[in-house]
Amino acid sequence: MAKITYVQTDGSKQTIDAENDSTVMETAVKNQVAGIDADCGGACACATCHVYVADEWIKITGAPSEMEEDMLDFAYDIRDSSRLSCQLKVSDELDGLVVHIPEQQG
Amino acid sequence: MVAEGVETFDPIVTDAVIVGAGPVGLFAVFELGLLDIKCCVVDILDKPGGQCAELYPEKPIYDIPGMPEITGHDLADQLVKQGAPFEPLMIFGHMVSNLERLENSFKLTTDRGQVINAKVVVIAAGGGSFQPKRPPIPGLEDYEDISVFFAVRRIEDFRDRNILIVGGGDSALDWSIALQPVAKKITLLHRRPDFRGAPDSVKKMRALVDAGKIDLVVGQVTGLNGEDGRLSGASIRSDDGPPEILCDTMLPFFGLTMKLGPVADWGFDLENNRIPVNNETFATSEPGIFAIGDINTYPGKLKLILCGFHEAALMSHGAHHYVYPERTIKFQYSTTSKDLKTKLGVI
Ligand SMILES: Cc1cc2nc3c(=O)[nH]c(=O)nc-3n(C[C@H](O)[C@H](O)[C@H](O)COP(=O)(O)OP(=O)(O)OC[C@H]3O[C@@H](n4cnc5c(N)ncnc54)[C@H](O)[C@@H]3O)c2cc1C
Ligand code: FES
Repeated sequence: MAKITYVQTDGSKQTIDAENDSTVMETAVKNQVAGIDADCGGACACATCHVYVADEWIKITGAPSEMEEDMLDFAYDIRDSSRLSCQLKVSDELDGLVVHIPEQQG
Repeated sequence: MVAEGVETFDPIVTDAVIVGAGPVGLFAVFELGLLDIKCCVVDILDKPGGQCAELYPEKPIYDIPGMPEITGHDLADQLVKQGAPFEPLMIFGHMVSNLERLENSFKLTTDRGQVINAKVVVIAAGGGSFQPKRPPIPGLEDYEDISVFFAVRRIEDFRDRNILIVGGGDSALDWSIALQPVAKKITLLHRRPDFRGAPDSVKKMRALVDAGKIDLVVGQVTGLNGEDGRLSGASIRSDDGPPEILCDTMLPFFGLTMKLGPVADWGFDLENNRIPVNNETFATSEPGIFAIGDINTYPGKLKLILCGFHEAALMSHGAHHYVYPERTIKFQYSTTSKDLKTKLGVI
């Protein structure tokens, strides 16, 4: 299990207990975190689950796969911290993870 | 790319109009066809298959009865083939924006002005209509349809324009290549040097860049500059590019997203953005209007393709008397009924 904090653009925060082997996207959708549309339900096929991983966590979450990097082309305002949250698998290692939700998914 | 078809503005008259060419709308063509109900199918996408075609064409689906494994693309293909004997009229690249009840029929109008008259309306709008993503660039709305466009309808409209195309997928590549001969100038802006589009298009684009016919800049748009909707340039963030790209037109291509769209304005009492139906005939609260597939809700609803197929069959029986009030339906099997086999063209 891992506690994940979702931060909205207005600074408001939600911290949620996420199950191992779920994804950062699924946890958000299940708990009605606003701003994660996830049109494709986690197939890495829509880029509407874009988040920015907090700087201190980038090392731990690692780099996106090639498929995810390609899909990120369909999100807006890509930064070094950009990830598709359906590709972030929850594990004990991610306990305390902070992700920022973009202003809009598109 | 959306095909540059000839616009037929003559009104279409049909028995049933199906809003949405996803798997469920496509199967409804078949089920309605068996009951002699002629269909016209409309979808904003440029191809049939809905989510299967747009979101996961290459992924295998494992829970279609009788098909242990089939990709989204192949399922869409097979469904089109299955409905083909009934010669449905398929209209792509149109969004049904208006639904109006006339005395004994319905009048639907698309965003491009096509009018369709039908006795029955089948809403198979799935998760909503696929629409271009509108990147949250400040002030973007002020420029929309004047100098910012999310689709190209007619190449000629872009003659002699100084165009900035944004994105790295197939649409960005295809339109850079297709508009290059008519445009005054094309700048292609993408966030990274790599392109995910079809290798052949990437090659063509790079050749045009080498020949000095397309400017390629690596970076991202941060703001728009201009007045009264007329663009003079786009501010960009880039490591080695300029701070601003001068242009009078911008085409952002960030893919599509599902938005409920016009269905929300058709007077249904939506539950969680779904249309409530009775699960005997999948009729909505409006007589003559049915809703099947992901767009509907009823106790026990499962958003699965196979459930949508079942709904299409029962809906067709419910819709029959709106088209043929004087007839009763004779229940028949496709295996044994001569009548059905004749309709299917197999005997
Ligand atoms: C990645 C992924 C995997 C999936 N895997 C499975 C699986 O294994 N098994 C399964 O059963 N299901 C699966 N699904 C769900 C399945 O794809 C949907 O249940 C199915 O597509 C619903 O079909 P539909 O015809 O109701 O709607 P859709 O496929 O959503 O099609 C609706 C169509 O209507 C169009 N439309 C809507 N409004 C308008 C309008 N006003 N004017 C014009 N056009 C309009 C849209 O553009 C769209 O093309 C999966 C979904 C995803 C995203
Ligand atoms: S949910 Fe579609 S890419 Fe993540």
